Amino acid sequence: MKTVFKRTPTYKDVPTHYCPGCGHGIAHRLLAEVIDELDIRDRTIGIAPVGCAVLEYDYIDVDMVEVAHGRAPAVATGMKRTNPDKIIFSYQGDGDLASIGAGEILHAGHRGEQITVIFINNAVYGMTGGQMAPTTMLNQVTTTTPKGRNAVEQGYPMQVCELLAVLPGTIYIERCAMSNPAAIKNAKKALRHAFELQVEGAQGMSLVEILSPCPTYWRMNPPDAMAWIDREMVKAFPLGKIK
Amino acid sequence: MKVNTELTTTKRVLMCGNEALAEAAIIAGVDAYFGYPITPQNEIPAYMAKRMPEEGRVFVQSESELAAINMIFGAAATGKRAMTSSSSPGISLMQEGISYLAGAELPAVIVNVMRGGPGLGNIAASQSDYFQATRGGGHGDYRTIVLAPASAQEMADVMPLAFDLADQYRMPVMILADGLLGQMMEPVLLEKKEKRKLPPKDWALTGAKDRPQNIVRSLWLKEGVLEKLNEKLQARYAQIAENEVLCEQYKVEDSDIVLIAYGISARIVKSAVTKARKEGIKAGWIRPVTLWPFPSEQISKAAEELRIFLTVELSCGQMVEDVKLAVAGKSPVLFFGRTGGGVPTVDDVLNQIRQLTIKHKS
Repeated sequence: MKTVFKRTPTYKDVPTHYCPGCGHGIAHRLLAEVIDELDIRDRTIGIAPVGCAVLEYDYIDVDMVEVAHGRAPAVATGMKRTNPDKIIFSYQGDGDLASIGAGEILHAGHRGEQITVIFINNAVYGMTGGQMAPTTMLNQVTTTTPKGRNAVEQGYPMQVCELLAVLPGTIYIERCAMSNPAAIKNAKKALRHAFELQVEGAQGMSLVEILSPCPTYWRMNPPDAMAWIDREMVKAFPLGKIK
Repeated sequence: MKVNTELTTTKRVLMCGNEALAEAAIIAGVDAYFGYPITPQNEIPAYMAKRMPEEGRVFVQSESELAAINMIFGAAATGKRAMTSSSSPGISLMQEGISYLAGAELPAVIVNVMRGGPGLGNIAASQSDYFQATRGGGHGDYRTIVLAPASAQEMADVMPLAFDLADQYRMPVMILADGLLGQMMEPVLLEKKEKRKLPPKDWALTGAKDRPQNIVRSLWLKEGVLEKLNEKLQARYAQIAENEVLCEQYKVEDSDIVLIAYGISARIVKSAVTKARKEGIKAGWIRPVTLWPFPSEQISKAAEELRIFLTVELSCGQMVEDVKLAVAGKSPVLFFGRTGGGVPTVDDVLNQIRQLTIKHKS
């Protein structure tokens, strides 16, 4: 029988702790595939965030560090500046990157740090039980917006890609989604490009935002959660290359 | 005779404490400096911004103290020697990162050139961060080694020691200086010290080439694992308390009154005790160089005979608590200090000595 699909070596052969229908597992696999395709495993250092993906090092077989909430871009700066030959990536959620770590990502982009940022946007704090994130959609019900997010009191969903794109220090920014096979294939391409830029030594930061389903805290089943990304989330977070 | 060529490259120069510390860090092999501006330590980043690139090393002005301590975290995780410097309010902001450094067992050197507090306080010299420095400062069961220089020369001398201690014990080390030490100029002899014999950094993140993945982490969710880590850290701290205490003392055995002071206060105390001796007062001093581990044993030994202990600090009285713990009720422990940027004169301290010894005799 012909093998048409197999696990990529950098993606460990272990079950993940993620909820059914969560997008992290798919994003992890794409990331591991890109690392293997570019043959950079032995010089890659990853940064795991505070959030559901904190145990990412249990699944992705590269050297990894776990850092304080929101501080990954500063940690990445310390790593890349002292190790310009290494490939440094951070993997951050929306609470981590867009809320508590808004200063760090802005300034890493501002300085044009030569790092690759994978930004998982699932419109909610997952690990802590489904609170409002900066990226929560208007009218979306969370534990801290029981009547739905209201723009007057809580602001609008934060468009991180668009914010960062105005900085001269960012060189590549694309928003993708884990919502259907075509979108997932496109996300793989975007991730690959973001890493290729760093491998080539391109001067600046690249960031791939991934709209990712959280069926548990969206109170949906997995197919509905994926459909909600394509139907609702893309209205606030349009897909495609921003820069 | 075998000549160590590295030791022959010494130079004696007039420098302020902050610059002496910065150059000594470079000589000690610091790979990267990350910091955010704050008075009274701005000479350190300015010096580093010029010198580090000359040496082909890394200088980054961070967007905040939060970022600075995490840049250090990143560089340290890859096995590099990294440092930052700041002053009291900035060090408060770094406490999160210092706790993570302790939890992840990463070596790093953090310099606090103390100023008055609480809050924004002022920019004058102070010693009011003693509690914060010696009690860990951030969250969790941890310690940092705290070194307290007392001159521009010692600002330089503590740097190689700080990096060696950090690497040897895989933990953050803090230099606790103050605005006076940072700013005042004194002749400084800069020399390359031999490194201690240090364990290999086989835990560092360098890319998993021909070895299994390395992970640097401080999260331990499984039952009992964090407790084991904390027990391991405590055992290490006990070893440090056993082996790394540094203190100086003067005429303690032949004294009725012993003054305890560190850093700039120790300079004032030394002069006051010398004057008191000239007046025939039997005074001595103990100067802790390591604030953690604290020289409890030396103080406890001095308290075996009844004598007055007078702690002098630029604070409302913080180290005095450690002195009381060491004396354990065997002798009276008193405090004299000024706060909020005030500095006692030598005669202020001398008057305290006179009054206390007269009272003691009567």
